[in-house]
Amino acid sequence: MTTTTSVQEDEAPVRAMWRQGLEVFCENRLALVGVAIFALLAAFSFLGPIFYHTDQVHTDLAKVFLSPGTAGHPLGTDGVGYDQLGRLMVGGQTSIVVGLAAGLLATVVGTVWGAIAGFAGGWADAVMMRVVDAMMSIPALFLFMLMASIVTPTVPMLIVIIGAFAWLGPARLVRGEALTLRTREYVMAMRGMGGTGGRAVRRHIIPNAIGTVTVNATFQIADAILYVAYLSFLGLGVPPPAANWGGMLSDGLSDTFSGHWWLLYPPGIAIILIVLAFNFIGDGLRDVFEVRLRRR
Amino acid sequence: MARYLLMRLGQALVIVILVTLITFVILHFLPGGAARAILGKEATLEQIAAFNHEMGYDRPLWEQYALYLQRLVRGDLGYSFQLNQSVAEAIGQRLPKTMLLSLASTLLAVVVAIPLGVVQAVRRNKWPDYTINAASLLAYATPIFFMGLMMIILFSQVWPILPPEAPQGFTLAEVLGDPAGLVLPTLTLAILTVAVYSRYVRSSMVDNLNENYVRTARSKGLSEGRVIVGHTLRNGLFPVITLLGMYLPALFSGALVVERLFNYPGMGLLFWQSALKRDYPILLGVTLLISVATVLGALVADVLYAAVDPRVRLKAGRS
Repeated sequence: MTTTTSVQEDEAPVRAMWRQGLEVFCENRLALVGVAIFALLAAFSFLGPIFYHTDQVHTDLAKVFLSPGTAGHPLGTDGVGYDQLGRLMVGGQTSIVVGLAAGLLATVVGTVWGAIAGFAGGWADAVMMRVVDAMMSIPALFLFMLMASIVTPTVPMLIVIIGAFAWLGPARLVRGEALTLRTREYVMAMRGMGGTGGRAVRRHIIPNAIGTVTVNATFQIADAILYVAYLSFLGLGVPPPAANWGGMLSDGLSDTFSGHWWLLYPPGIAIILIVLAFNFIGDGLRDVFEVRLRRR
Repeated sequence: MARYLLMRLGQALVIVILVTLITFVILHFLPGGAARAILGKEATLEQIAAFNHEMGYDRPLWEQYALYLQRLVRGDLGYSFQLNQSVAEAIGQRLPKTMLLSLASTLLAVVVAIPLGVVQAVRRNKWPDYTINAASLLAYATPIFFMGLMMIILFSQVWPILPPEAPQGFTLAEVLGDPAGLVLPTLTLAILTVAVYSRYVRSSMVDNLNENYVRTARSKGLSEGRVIVGHTLRNGLFPVITLLGMYLPALFSGALVVERLFNYPGMGLLFWQSALKRDYPILLGVTLLISVATVLGALVADVLYAAVDPRVRLKAGRS
C-alpha cells in the first residue's frame, strides 16, 4: 500500500511538470511555428517521394534546365536533368539526417566530456578544458575542410566530422553547470552516503544540466545543417548522385546568371526555413526550462 | 594585473602547444603518410625514404615532434611542392589581404551593431527590438554565400553600381587601389557579424539597465538619454571587447567562404585551393597560423577587457 502511494506521489509531479512545460512551450507562438516548419519540411523530404516519383540517380541530358511548369516537372529540372522538386526531397533527407545526427552526436559527446571535467575538477578539469580551448581556437570550417580533404566525404563521414568538432560548445556549457552543481547540498549528501563520482555525474549532474543541453542541442542541429551547406559550397560535400540542400544551393549559384532561378531560391529558402525553425524551437525550449528554474 | 596577465599568458601558451600537437597528429594521419602526401603519387620509394630521413620522419615520434616544434619556432612551416614555394612565403603574400577584409568588416560590424543593440535594449520587447531581432535571426540563418550572392544580384545586376568580383591585385597596395571591389565582400562578411554582435550588445545593455546604479542615476533626475549614454553605455560595451576575441574563429571561417565566393586572393582562397589539390603543407600551415592568431586575438581581447574593467582581474585573481 505504501509503495503504491509513493509511486503515485512520484509520478504526479513529473506529469504535471511535463504538462506545464508543454504549456509554456505552446505559449511561445514562434516555437510552435518552428515545430510546424520542421514537421512540414521533414514530411516533404521523407514522405514526399512516396507520392511524387522521380529518378534521382540517372541523369537525363535531353531534359536539362527545363523551366518550372513544364509538364511533369512543376519546379523544372537542373543541369543534368534531375527533377528539381524530387531533388529537393532527396536533398532534404540528407540535410535533416546529417543535421540531427551531427547535432545529437556533438551534444552527447560534449555533455559527457563537460560533466566529467566539471565534476572531477582540479588537474583533470584543467587538461580537459585546455583541449577544448585548443580545438576551439582552430576555426571550424578550416578544420572541417582539412578533415574532408583527408577522408572522402560520405553521409556518415560528414556526421562524424561535424559531430567530432561541434561538441566543444556543449562541453563548455555542461562543465559550467557541473561546477555549480557539484557543490549543491543534495549532491554532497549523496557523496557523503558513499555514492561514487560516476553516480553523481549520471544521476545528478547530467539530469540537472539537461535543460541547458536540450536548448543547446537545437542550436547545434541548426549549425550542423549550415556546416553541411558550407562544406558543399567549398566543394567537399557528398558527391552526386547524392544531394543536400547546401550542395543544391551552391550548384545553383553558378546557374543564377543564366536565369535559372528555380535552382537557387528553393534550396536557399529551405535551408533558411529549417535553420530558423530550429532556432525558434530552441527559444521555446529555453522558456520552458528557465520558467522551471525560476519557480524552484 | 601582472598576475592576471601572467596566468592568461601561460594559458595561451598551453593552448598553442596543444594546437601544434593537433596539427602534428593530423600530419601523421595523412593518407599514405606525410611523405606520400607531400611528394605526391609518383614519388619513388627511394625519394620517400630520402624525404623521411631528411625530415627526420624515421626517428621516434617524440623526437619528430621536438623537431617539428623547432622548425615552427624558426618560422619554417614547411614547403609546398605544388606551389614550389615555402609555406611561410605563400601565406605571407596573402595574409595581409585577409587581415584587411577581416578588419574592415569587423569595424563596420561594430559600428553598426552597437547602435542597433542599444536601441533594442532601450526599446526592448517593442517593435524596434522585434524588427531588429527578426532581421538578425534571418541573417544568421542564411548561408553566408547565399547572402553574398544576393548582394551580387542586387548591387551588380539589378542596380549595377558595384563590381561582383573582389580586387584581384597581388599586393595589398594593389587591392587597396580598387576599393569598390572590396565593398561587397566586406559587407557580406559584416552582415553575419552584425547579427551576432547586436544580440550580444542588447543582452549586455539589458543586464546593465537593471543595475542599481542606473536606478540611482534615474532617481537623480537625469534624462533617459544621459542615463544611457553617460552611465550605462560604457559598462554595457565592455563585454563586446571579449566578444571580439571570441568571435575570431567564426570570422575566419566566414572569410574563407567570402574569399571563395568573391574570388578574393587571401588566405582563405589559398586554403580552399590547397584543399582541392590536397596540398597538405599549406593546409596545415594555414590551420596552425590561423589558430595561433585566434589564441593571440582572444588573449589581447581578454587583457584589454581586464585593463578597462577592474572587476574582471579581481575575480580572476581570487579564484
